Amino acid sequence: MRIGLGLLVLGCMALVSLLIGVIDLTQTNRSDVWPLIRDSRFPRTVATLLTGAALAIAGQIMQTIARNRFVEPMTAGTGQGAALGILLSVALVPGAPLGLQMGLASATALCSSLGFFALIRRLPPTQPLLVPLVGLIYGGVIGAAVTYAAYQTDMLQFIEIWMNGEFSGTLRGRYELLWLAGLAALLSYLVADQFSILGLGEQVSLNLGLRYRQVVLLGLIMISIVSGLTVVTVGMIPFVGLVVPNLISRLAGDNLRRALPLTAIAGAGLVLAADILGRLVIYPFEMPVGTVIGIVGALMFLWLLYGSTRLAR
Amino acid sequence: MHGRIAALGCILFAACAAYLSIGARGDWEFVLAFRAQKLGGLLLVAVAMSWATLIFQTITNNRILTPSIMGFDALYLLLLSAMVWGLGAQSYRALPAQGLMAANVVLLCGAALVLFGALLRSGRDDLMRMVLTGVVLSVLFRSITAYLQRMIDPNEYAVIQAASFARFSAVAVDLLLLSALLTLLACAAIWQIRHRLDVLALGPVLSTSLGEDPTRGQWRVLILVAILVSVSTALVGPVTFFGLLVTSLTYQVMNTPRHALLLPAAALMGGIILVGGQTVMERLLGLATPLSVVVEFLGGLVFLMLLLRRQR
Repeated sequence: MRIGLGLLVLGCMALVSLLIGVIDLTQTNRSDVWPLIRDSRFPRTVATLLTGAALAIAGQIMQTIARNRFVEPMTAGTGQGAALGILLSVALVPGAPLGLQMGLASATALCSSLGFFALIRRLPPTQPLLVPLVGLIYGGVIGAAVTYAAYQTDMLQFIEIWMNGEFSGTLRGRYELLWLAGLAALLSYLVADQFSILGLGEQVSLNLGLRYRQVVLLGLIMISIVSGLTVVTVGMIPFVGLVVPNLISRLAGDNLRRALPLTAIAGAGLVLAADILGRLVIYPFEMPVGTVIGIVGALMFLWLLYGSTRLAR
Repeated sequence: MHGRIAALGCILFAACAAYLSIGARGDWEFVLAFRAQKLGGLLLVAVAMSWATLIFQTITNNRILTPSIMGFDALYLLLLSAMVWGLGAQSYRALPAQGLMAANVVLLCGAALVLFGALLRSGRDDLMRMVLTGVVLSVLFRSITAYLQRMIDPNEYAVIQAASFARFSAVAVDLLLLSALLTLLACAAIWQIRHRLDVLALGPVLSTSLGEDPTRGQWRVLILVAILVSVSTALVGPVTFFGLLVTSLTYQVMNTPRHALLLPAAALMGGIILVGGQTVMERLLGLATPLSVVVEFLGGLVFLMLLLRRQR
């Protein structure tokens, strides 16, 4: 029921997204409309939906593994790790094919998320807010390393692109990698039950016969692939993986098999809405989706932090 | 303790001498005058940031918080962008730079008192939540700044761009005099209350029973911090972890709670890191990377270390 309603709203928004743009569809020749939609509007809409859904699911899985409601890949070092990987691939292998960039980005993203989890294992469980704090600073340190490397290799401009997500450059032929991210998110649905058990903690999951380490590693690999692909194709988009799972877990609880579809729909909806807003607010120019979500997401995060002390802990 | 301060002073002197002389060619008079201006700017920033951080840590009774982490400099940039957006760059540029900076300082003082005063009072019992709020607030401020900057005409944007990135190599020289004046006033005020700060550092309960009103101390310190952060941000742009790096090193070297010793040591330490670091990066290694990036990296590591060590 909820899923149906969500899909309906999402479909309407996607239609709106197809119809708005600098070129007015009613004023153009009928023969020009189809190429425009096929090459620009449709890829953009699909890219937003895929990114939003994949990021929200990645955030949900990261929160389950960390057993903390306030972490997400893009602010806890995974996204910055991905940027480091792309930078390395571009600097070491000039003209590297997209596949190599993507692979290296996912690999470094995986390394930095492993580092993050090694760090937070040493934190006491009594202070839940310490985890996101360490994550933010950890991400900042890796970000500084990326900036340093970019300065040395004269690639600061690229960094700006990867650090601030936007969809204005999305065209046919330049977004298809995101389908892989969507696929990775879809696959996570198959192991949703295992992830749910993971959320009960290491001891309980071992007791229930779960291969704890393997499942954690699987989750981290999935997060890293999604982060790597998103950063390569559209750039970093903060807060989606943080806010959406929190809201959905209030509605649908922590059983991931029930919650994940809703998470995906809500994530896609949030990013699409932010993109539409960003396209309209200074029409005919554009506001990057990362900036819009930065404002909306930060406000929502503060609300989560202060409005829900009782529920969040 | 006095010996250590003297040693720090000697190192700073050597760093300044190296900064002024290494790689200088041609007319000495020109080189010295040119570099002395930049050196003055660096020293001002060093004093402003290290004292602001030190007294902020004193009134919050912990050594992790800094004004920059709580979003002071992001707020400064937001106010700056809002002003350019509201006035339009034409009229903005027509106004004198000093007058604008003064207006910015006043605005930041007001905003800091309202926002952080409330935050500090409500957050005493849950430190981590307060820090997290600060970090998220600075993300919010930065996003709104980015939003405003998109709304501003690209031609007008150049006015803000210069202020939005930390750069120690190009100090805004035209603001130097006003900044020096503001810093001097704020520092004099801090030096006046150095013994009160010793008492405030004991925490609100003890300082109340010793006859020192913690709320009044907090207001006072917040205003001073706002002034000092404005000066430093106007001169070189935002630096998140510099103050933290300075104060944690200072506490390591000076094993004392007395502000009469801590304050001069922190100022010297800040100068050594900035001037020495700038000399090494710019003159010896000839690196293109700005010092701020390296300071951010090291400061971030220090922050993580402090957090993890507190938990043992």
